[in-house]
Amino acid sequence: MSNTDTGSTTDTGSPDPRRPLDDEAAAERLSTAPVEERPDDAAPAFGVLGWLRWTWRQLTSMRVALILLFLLSLAAVPGSLIPQTSANALRVAQWKADHPGLAPLYERLQLFDVYSSVWFSAVYILLFVSLAGCIVPRTWQFAGVLRSRPPAAPRTLSRMPVYATWRTAADPQQVTAAAERLLRGRRFRVHASGGAVAAEKGYLREVGNLLFHISLFGLLVAMAWGSVGGGQGGKLVLEGQGFSNTMTQYDDFQGAPFYGADQLEPFGFKLDGFSATYQTRGDQLGTPRDFTARIRYWTGTDSSRLHKGAIKVNEPLEVAGSKVYLIGHGYSPVVTVRNGRGDVVFHGPTPFLPQDNNLTSTGAIKVGDYGTRDGKPGRKVQLGFSGIFSPTAPVKADPLTGWNSLFPAAADPKLILTAWAGDLGTDAGIPQNVYQLDTSHMKQLRQDGDLARAALKPGQGWKLPDGYGTLTFDGYQQWASFTIAHRPGNAVALGSAVLAVLGLIGSLLIQRRRVWVRASAVGGATVVETAGLARSESARIAEELAELAVALQDDAPAAEDGPQDPDGPQDRNGPGDRDGAEDRDGAEDRNDAGTREHAEARPHGSGTTEERG
Amino acid sequence: MTVVLATAVNEHLANISNYLIYSAMAVYLLAMLAHCFEWTFGSRGAVARRSAEQGGSLAEAAAAAARPAGARKVTVTVASAGGGTTTLTRTALAGEGAAVVTSGRGGDEADGPGAAGTDEQADLLGRMAVSLTVLGALVHFGGVLTRGLSVTRWPWGNMYEFSCALALTAVLAYLGLLAAGKKVRWLGLPVVLSALLTLGLAVTVLYTDSEQLVPALHSYWLAIHVSAAIVCGGAFYAAFVATALYLLKDAYEKRAAAGKDGGPLGVAPSVWRRLPAAGTLDKLAYRINAVIFPLWTFTIIAGAIWAEKAWGRYWEWDPKETWSFITWVAYAAYLHARATAGWKGRKAAYLALLAFACFLFNYYGVNIFVTGKHSYAGVG
Ligand code: HEM
Repeated sequence: MSNTDTGSTTDTGSPDPRRPLDDEAAAERLSTAPVEERPDDAAPAFGVLGWLRWTWRQLTSMRVALILLFLLSLAAVPGSLIPQTSANALRVAQWKADHPGLAPLYERLQLFDVYSSVWFSAVYILLFVSLAGCIVPRTWQFAGVLRSRPPAAPRTLSRMPVYATWRTAADPQQVTAAAERLLRGRRFRVHASGGAVAAEKGYLREVGNLLFHISLFGLLVAMAWGSVGGGQGGKLVLEGQGFSNTMTQYDDFQGAPFYGADQLEPFGFKLDGFSATYQTRGDQLGTPRDFTARIRYWTGTDSSRLHKGAIKVNEPLEVAGSKVYLIGHGYSPVVTVRNGRGDVVFHGPTPFLPQDNNLTSTGAIKVGDYGTRDGKPGRKVQLGFSGIFSPTAPVKADPLTGWNSLFPAAADPKLILTAWAGDLGTDAGIPQNVYQLDTSHMKQLRQDGDLARAALKPGQGWKLPDGYGTLTFDGYQQWASFTIAHRPGNAVALGSAVLAVLGLIGSLLIQRRRVWVRASAVGGATVVETAGLARSESARIAEELAELAVALQDDAPAAEDGPQDPDGPQDRNGPGDRDGAEDRDGAEDRNDAGTREHAEARPHGSGTTEERG
Repeated sequence: MTVVLATAVNEHLANISNYLIYSAMAVYLLAMLAHCFEWTFGSRGAVARRSAEQGGSLAEAAAAAARPAGARKVTVTVASAGGGTTTLTRTALAGEGAAVVTSGRGGDEADGPGAAGTDEQADLLGRMAVSLTVLGALVHFGGVLTRGLSVTRWPWGNMYEFSCALALTAVLAYLGLLAAGKKVRWLGLPVVLSALLTLGLAVTVLYTDSEQLVPALHSYWLAIHVSAAIVCGGAFYAAFVATALYLLKDAYEKRAAAGKDGGPLGVAPSVWRRLPAAGTLDKLAYRINAVIFPLWTFTIIAGAIWAEKAWGRYWEWDPKETWSFITWVAYAAYLHARATAGWKGRKAAYLALLAFACFLFNYYGVNIFVTGKHSYAGVG
């Protein structure tokens, strides 16, 4: 491999004007890889058309494909190091806040949306254009190869990369007939003519290679289809409540040009219960071990025909062309609020959002319909409670960590609240964060000269200051959040991926190779010559040829007195053969040196050694 | 709400596993020392060995020539890159199915005799090193097995376990090649050394107590995806060693051809001479990479299928996914380079090194420095 840095070396066996014609046909390309440009014909011709043609040839060359592949991997790097909007918009916002100087620049460079950025798209689109420009002619050419015969034997077989010869008493015709039989028996494609047999095998390599590259297009199409024809939405469901697949039920929804309200298939489910299992001892105390959402679901419009099911982290529910994934879970404290007269003005669960691994959760209880303090007509007011739910609360608030939960399960839950009165801002019609109070028009209540605050256990009540009534912490429910996703293209993607792997296996593990056998009558005896040619990297062609030759000796036994290893009838060093060794397909790679046993100094004949010396 | 106790962990087995891993490290350490001595003592007879071996194989060839009548014998001439030729002789004895293949090599490309050179003491040390490696691998296997048994699941749920399994596959792959009769004892030192480094890192930085898995990992895809990744890791590593040695040996060969003394990295020429030829190393590296590339492709696809099941999307450009993709494209570029004029040899080898660097970063770098959905590897 070390002597091929010259750049002008062709490895594809492309037509070389300096090579005798028949050789060229024989060693004709074992691969359909595009012919490499030579430096001297790289200059474009005049005119727009000339430039276009030149550009196209450049774009579809192996060298440019290589550069584009390299660029693709390089272009993918920033997206893994800089937060991405598509993955986590919150982290992007945080990052922008932390780096106010860089953020606008990054924004301009689309570094927060690398994988949909202009420059990333440009690289892969160019690569796929190059791929198309490469595959189409290759497929065409390969179809031609399949229809034609294996190329006839070159005149000078001894110049092929692997070569063996011996003399035999057998008749030349008998030898070629035997060779033909032998090669056919080994599933070569065989063609005999002019006292020689030409055979070829391993077409599946090329098939595999084309299949692999074509299935990359399949993948691209599947991804594109998935993104224009699919979408997903999120929904938080409380234990005991349900979801049905209509737009209004979603907490958030990302559609696509071909996936909107009209495309939502009718189905729904009820969350009967949610259970979580946690590690209860050791270093990993509190690490989750299992989450299960027990549900009953229906399809179609008849929501009374329910099927039982369970959704776990790796086991989504498949229903009506969509999949329902369990994404998160948390607690909803249930409280009852009574006004000064004792009327219930609020009762129910409010989902709180987990803040840490032990599910310390925060949220806001908004009592929009509080009315007046004493329940009589008068100036209306609203109450808001901002709180922390701690599923396993410490006995006392810790000076550093406050009421932070010690364990994610609700072993000893506490609800810690502060109270606000005023205008919640919910009536203005502007969407609000349901987990936070907008306190811009509210006043925090005070009690005993301090901010009003309570830490409640389930069942405990709190007498609100200023005659606002009472709040009771009745208990809690769990909630689970789901992603409901519809991804069309997935089956195509999977199919393409499977074909890609199969193609690769064929492409990388199968060798395409040619074998020739010629028997010629020379001075009363028959000289049998066999030669082989394989794609580069082939180690086995020598072994294979040896095996074939030994098998052929059944029908063409070597003459006992003949030279062991004579030169072929033609001179190995014919004129005009200077480049022969290098121009041959993969001439640099054909020994399995890993299995070589001995260093044996036995140069062959007048071999190519001096040619280089 | 139910709080269920997680499946118990068998602490006893978990402790045994830890002891076994430490013991394996001790045995590997001895194996490494034996290999070091093998390389050191082997320098004494390297040159002598070369001529002796040539004499030996000529004698063998002569013996083969004096074959019984009726035997069939073919000598295939193979042209080699340097312009030299190699021969491969296949002899099939009459009436028997057995075939004897002898191969010879001429010209400049001879593979070195291996670490031990001709020195008998060095050879003995080398054998001891291999025996110790086998022992180490057994103990190591026990460690991985008991770790798995202690939690009754596949033992690669976190980086510690993944590293132990990775080191084991690398050692087993090497021993497998030896068992298949390949002359790869020269790989012993780098393999054992890296197994030691990997395990060292595992037991110090990456150690995690044996425990059950987080729900995200409850899937049979863990077994499929991660074990494929482990095999790929071992193989890519072996290919990396071969590539790096190829570059060095190639530098050495060029230097020697130019008549210069000394070897690259200031290592004595006798060491370089004992290694296989640059061409051999290059081919070995290519073969491993080519064979393992489809499996790496499969690993990524399996990961995507799993992601689809777990997160609802088969591809989200999560950092781990992204770096697997980068690694994949880098290896694809390497394979392309092997088929592109002007890119073979050293340039392709640099691409292979780069691709392996991506693999390593994906494994250590992404887990430790980058947060993403894969961040349950049990570190930091
Ligand atoms: C989408 C990006 C591409 C990827 C991921 C890719 C990947 C690969 C891989 C992994 C191989 C190795 C298989 C083998 O050696 O037989 C390969 C081979 C090949 N690729 Fe690509 N390729 C891409 C684009 C292209 C393009 C644009 C061209 C045309 C210019 C091309 C032409 C070839 C050829 C001719 C081979 C066969 C090389 C040989 O015979 O050894 N590929 N490709």
